[in-house]
Amino acid sequence: MTLRQPDLTGSKPGLKPLTLYGVELTSRMLLGTARYPSPQIMTDAVAAAQCELVTVSLRREQARGQVGNRFLELITDLGVRVLPNTAGCRTANEAITTAQMARELFACDWIKLEVIANDDTLQPDLFGLVEAANILARDGFKVFPYTTEDLGAAERLVAAGCEVLMPWGAPIGTGQGLNNRAALKSMRAYFPDTPLVIDAGIGAPSHAAAAMELGFDAVLLNTAIARAGDPIAMAQAFAGAIRAGRAAYESGLMTPRDVAAPSTPVAGTPFFDLDSSS
Amino acid sequence: MGQRTQQVFKIVINGMVTETNAHTLQALLDEHGYGGTRVATARNGTFVPSRVREETTLKPGDSIEVVSARQGG
Repeated sequence: MTLRQPDLTGSKPGLKPLTLYGVELTSRMLLGTARYPSPQIMTDAVAAAQCELVTVSLRREQARGQVGNRFLELITDLGVRVLPNTAGCRTANEAITTAQMARELFACDWIKLEVIANDDTLQPDLFGLVEAANILARDGFKVFPYTTEDLGAAERLVAAGCEVLMPWGAPIGTGQGLNNRAALKSMRAYFPDTPLVIDAGIGAPSHAAAAMELGFDAVLLNTAIARAGDPIAMAQAFAGAIRAGRAAYESGLMTPRDVAAPSTPVAGTPFFDLDSSS
Repeated sequence: MGQRTQQVFKIVINGMVTETNAHTLQALLDEHGYGGTRVATARNGTFVPSRVREETTLKPGDSIEVVSARQGG
């Protein structure tokens, strides 16, 4: 007899699709395109993870420069959706202008909205974030706000028109994992129907699996894959962990107990007599 | 392409002070060789769509951003 093994590496794992602003995605990994050893390795990592949505940015172009054109060709050849970001913006106005430039350049109304408050933590400026989200949503953007686990800010972002929230796991680029697990669980419970994507701070496949087991809808990764010894193999490792975590969440995880409970049936245990007085 | 004034004046392109006599944003992009690159632009912090670059006139001291696609996280 051969036991059937679950397939966690195939393209059709049988999990529910992810829907972001009406677009259905099979992969629950969003992948950054920065910090890879080479463009080819980035391309191969996206393919290895079967990723369908990648983040991109805008930067100043040199006079007579062709850097942007080359990158645009590379991204077009990937054949995946892009999510432009406003990385590095410090004010709502900077983020709004950057979003408008990104919409024209990438012909895409999705925007990963970042308004950064602090250089050491790169934490979101929640006040500027809400202000920019309101203006961009009214201007027709589909806003993906990079936020914290703060429920008050999250409520205002949803009220502004955000149909997706992207709370941090830990500060960008730190690889610390889910630093505030309890608050993230509260956020999941508070917004049962809003897609929640863990953005930033994920360092290991186990962190990604943990986020998925908590019921988060997807994770956004970059540094943990791009700076790995073998980014392509690491992309596959994360893809497997994300599918495993999602499968576990959809399957219904057990509730931890304080006291041991034997898994093997007690009834019929040899040498064990309930009536010890005999 | 764009009209030109007689006077050379100073503006800031991507943070660098530059002298130009380009009268419009489109003329400035042409003057600096951005013609073959897909770029997006802003003037004094405000987005300027590509369709209105021809009619966007420049003034001394204007700050222009010229950006293109890049890797991002």
